[in-house]
Amino acid sequence: MVLKTEQYVLNIGPLHPSTHGVFRLRATLDGEVIVELEPVFGYLHRGLEKLGESYTYKQSICLTDRLDYLASMSNNFGYVLAVEKLAGIAVPERADVLRVVFAELQRIVSHLVALGAFVNDCGAFQTPILYMFREREKILDLFEMCSGQRLTYNYMRFGGLSQDVPEEFMPALRKFIAEMDAHIDEYDRLVSMNEIFLARTRGVGILTAEKAINISASGPVLRGSGVKWDLRKADPYSVYSRYEFDIPTGTVGDCYDRYQVRLQEMRQSVRIVRQAIEKLPEGPVTTKVSLNLKPPAGEAYAHVEAPKGELGFYLVSDGTDRPYRWHVRAPSLMNLTALRDLCIGWKIADAIVIFGSIDITMGEVDR
Amino acid sequence: MTLALSGEDLAAKLGPKFPESVIKTAKDSVLVKTGDLLAVASFLKSEPGFEFDFLCSITGVDYKEYFELVYQLTSIKNNQSLVVKAQCRDRENPVMPSLTGLWQGADFQEREIFDLLGIKFEGHPSLTRIFLWDGFKGFPLRKDFTDGT
Repeated sequence: MVLKTEQYVLNIGPLHPSTHGVFRLRATLDGEVIVELEPVFGYLHRGLEKLGESYTYKQSICLTDRLDYLASMSNNFGYVLAVEKLAGIAVPERADVLRVVFAELQRIVSHLVALGAFVNDCGAFQTPILYMFREREKILDLFEMCSGQRLTYNYMRFGGLSQDVPEEFMPALRKFIAEMDAHIDEYDRLVSMNEIFLARTRGVGILTAEKAINISASGPVLRGSGVKWDLRKADPYSVYSRYEFDIPTGTVGDCYDRYQVRLQEMRQSVRIVRQAIEKLPEGPVTTKVSLNLKPPAGEAYAHVEAPKGELGFYLVSDGTDRPYRWHVRAPSLMNLTALRDLCIGWKIADAIVIFGSIDITMGEVDR
Repeated sequence: MTLALSGEDLAAKLGPKFPESVIKTAKDSVLVKTGDLLAVASFLKSEPGFEFDFLCSITGVDYKEYFELVYQLTSIKNNQSLVVKAQCRDRENPVMPSLTGLWQGADFQEREIFDLLGIKFEGHPSLTRIFLWDGFKGFPLRKDFTDGT
């Protein structure tokens, strides 16, 4: 007797714990195996690009906080660089170095969330993520000292920072940096060689290097596939060329490689911060910039290596105090292009792992 | 440091193969004829010396008289970048060639431009709205957009 079977469609999300935000997957299944997958998004679309056209340049800094809300400092950084390029504003050295410190701390925060949530998705329910959030808290405390905020910092300004770091910041940062390497070893021991974790991630969701480049992937997704491309080295902005650090890359391009790249990048970020605070120059952190900044008519594109990949801002100025066009090159959106092809042929439980390994924030996908 | 190719440089290099294609050069970009966009892009992607394998970003801008599409290309192999622009003058039924055949990374970006600016991309495998819902009226990033209130 032949058993009659048929494919069926399963909606995952938009409100589901493992979709990391309001993200929906429309999966067509044959039993447990995915035969077609359509990512559906837009649930968090706030029209930030349109809104940015009616805000002055300075007002838009707070909009960038709401892109990748787990990495607001990096978003601030990319945006102020673009406006500085457009308007030709110079940045004092101390502010430059502090920006790098904040961007690297932010990378650690973002990777801690990414890895914690990813390991959670793989079945290590809640234990590793709490270890990772323990260190995340310490960095959020540091950010709070400077900006008064724990998530949306709105801390960088054209020509520097909104204010210098307070007195208690440096001792706390030094203490954190002294301890962080040992904590990364701790995560490594806890997760990296766990048999269940290896079974769930090794060889799963393989993204080849050619494919990764072709889909415009960037950040740990691209580097996990073995492409040594990091804007901090390839196109050094700010003062990154001063510091020594390595670019960790994967070999196979599976979920495990993407995990390892993020883990190793945290070590490199600690290394950069350590070098930066060793030689932190004295001096001002702000420049006098008109509140009603009117950059000359023209356009500028600036990009930074944000935790999730290449974050770019394309600005068009018509000479008024508001941008004519304000476009964000969002790494989360581009990295998602890979999802469909990576998931087809895998089981539904693997799709959750593959999705987790890409690491997206809906605020940035939808804008 | 990524070497940003200047518009003049690029136009000079494109010259022998595409004598008629470049309309205008600027400091860091070239404006090419929309009809030749696909051929120029394909050339830039595969020609030795260029090898722009990475489509970094596509931006659509509404300049009222015309739409401009800005393509930021990067060559990971040679660490170079360049900007190619193309214009679309038809506001009623704007159509541009899709680059999804060359770079799959164009997929979501072209859908985004279709969704917010209303430009159709010929050859795109599934051109549907990406952020807004299907029944949404109008294209918000157009300068003449009003939400009807």
